[in-house]
Amino acid sequence: MVTLTAPESTANTAPEARVPESTTVDLAVTSVRELNQAIHNAADGQAWTVTNPGGKHSLAVGIDADIAVTIEGHAGYYAAGMHQKGGVTITGNAGVGLAENIMSGRIHVTGDASQSAAATGHGGLVVIDGNAGARCGISMKGVDIVVGGNIGHMSAFMAQAGRLVVCGDAGDALGDSIYEARIYVKGTVASLGADCVEKPLREEHLAELAELLAAAGRTDNPADFKRYGSARNLYHFHVDNSTAY
Amino acid sequence: MCGIAALQLRNPSLHPRMGSLLSSMLCQIVDRGPDSAGLAVYNTPGLVSEGTSTLSLLGRDQGITTAAITAGVAALLPSDAQAAVQVVGDTTLVSAAVGTDLLVKAVSETLRGSTIIGRGEHVAVMKSVGHPMEIAADHGLEAMAGSQGLSHTRMATESAVTAGGSHPFSVADDLCLVHNGSFSNHATVRRDLRREGVVFDSDNDTEVGARYVASRLKQGDTLEEALVNLGKVLDGFYTLVVTTADSMAVVRDPIACKPAIIAETDDYVAMASEYRALAGLPGIDNARIFEPEPGKVYTWSL
Repeated sequence: MVTLTAPESTANTAPEARVPESTTVDLAVTSVRELNQAIHNAADGQAWTVTNPGGKHSLAVGIDADIAVTIEGHAGYYAAGMHQKGGVTITGNAGVGLAENIMSGRIHVTGDASQSAAATGHGGLVVIDGNAGARCGISMKGVDIVVGGNIGHMSAFMAQAGRLVVCGDAGDALGDSIYEARIYVKGTVASLGADCVEKPLREEHLAELAELLAAAGRTDNPADFKRYGSARNLYHFHVDNSTAY
Repeated sequence: MCGIAALQLRNPSLHPRMGSLLSSMLCQIVDRGPDSAGLAVYNTPGLVSEGTSTLSLLGRDQGITTAAITAGVAALLPSDAQAAVQVVGDTTLVSAAVGTDLLVKAVSETLRGSTIIGRGEHVAVMKSVGHPMEIAADHGLEAMAGSQGLSHTRMATESAVTAGGSHPFSVADDLCLVHNGSFSNHATVRRDLRREGVVFDSDNDTEVGARYVASRLKQGDTLEEALVNLGKVLDGFYTLVVTTADSMAVVRDPIACKPAIIAETDDYVAMASEYRALAGLPGIDNARIFEPEPGKVYTWSL
């Protein structure tokens, strides 16, 4: 059984004063499986608060309703994976594989995220206020990622679509074997991966960057960023390489 | 996979709780390596004492009674050596007021088939096959006091599931090493070390790492230098934790294949494979929590 500790009913209050009722799930007494089942059964518009997450894995995964989930504390591996609708806010750090394969919706981490954040994400927005570890946005396929701090090595590896915004520095081999995603970095890039190059920051890029930064609640100046993307040299086999095998 | 949990207590008032804190951490990494486990505890009263060398031997049954071991070892040592033997869980501890080299010689002669899994003035090492929490309970970890503790749960990949293949590997005085990952060129490095005269107990890849670190330290490297050198010589995936009598080091391979997270407060430094192992530590809400960067050696001394 999920332990439901909803606040006083707001049914009798005037509509303009109504605050969404939040259901609290305490993971000190409720299992992760029960939490995930409960939010899979949730209806659009609901708010859920998860307390005592204790770094447990697979929290708030597979959400397919327009709900707002707040995890108060640190989450373990694969938090908010396969996210479809609504939003998840983690007021703490997230472990490996945050928002893995996110399809749409919004994930916000106020602390740091470990490796492979938003890996293979198809859509939606992932905001990490702190740093992200290695392989951030690996194989991203349309997700937007905004990182307030630094990202680790091999980020956006084989990225296919989407935007990755980094307000700090990027680690080694950024965008290695990238297809078509756009990467914006404000700080330094330790090194670019194979076929990833710096590209001009045109008006349309400044505009989309401003939009992404605003969506992430950030005040950075888009003009301070550099843009990186695919040189498109790995798209086709190059005949000069035929003797290399 | 494999799981690691390590704790260095800066605040002596936490020393009585070392075992219970380490046990609570270990409990959260069992899933990462349920086949066997090992523990190293430092300055634990009742197991080791100042001015005395202690050897940890694999197994509770050494083939002869503890009285016979005591008598056999005592006969080979000076008369004031005060040799003592006790069995803790699945580990036999032999101690005497002599240098470790002399004690190793005496124990090896008395118990020819024995495997020494720990040695030094400050450390006791315990390892076995089975569920990690049962191994910890069998050895009475919960009640142990101490200044540092190191635990490892193993999911074996490079060598057999045996107590001897469990971590930590302790191959020099008060030095312990645990490993999550695998070394790919361990056979080459083992051959090189053998040529230098180093003797191995197992076919395990991690033992090569431990012997390499011990060899570097013997040649005058600091702990940090030894681990930087390890990164140049050993290839593979690794998160390593190395402890000595008064320090602890953490290093991850340069591409960070294996996880690690560290929590630091004025009272302790704790490292684990996953945050959930740190979640129950006192004052964790105000700890500085970070993932060690790839290829960077972190050290803390008491």
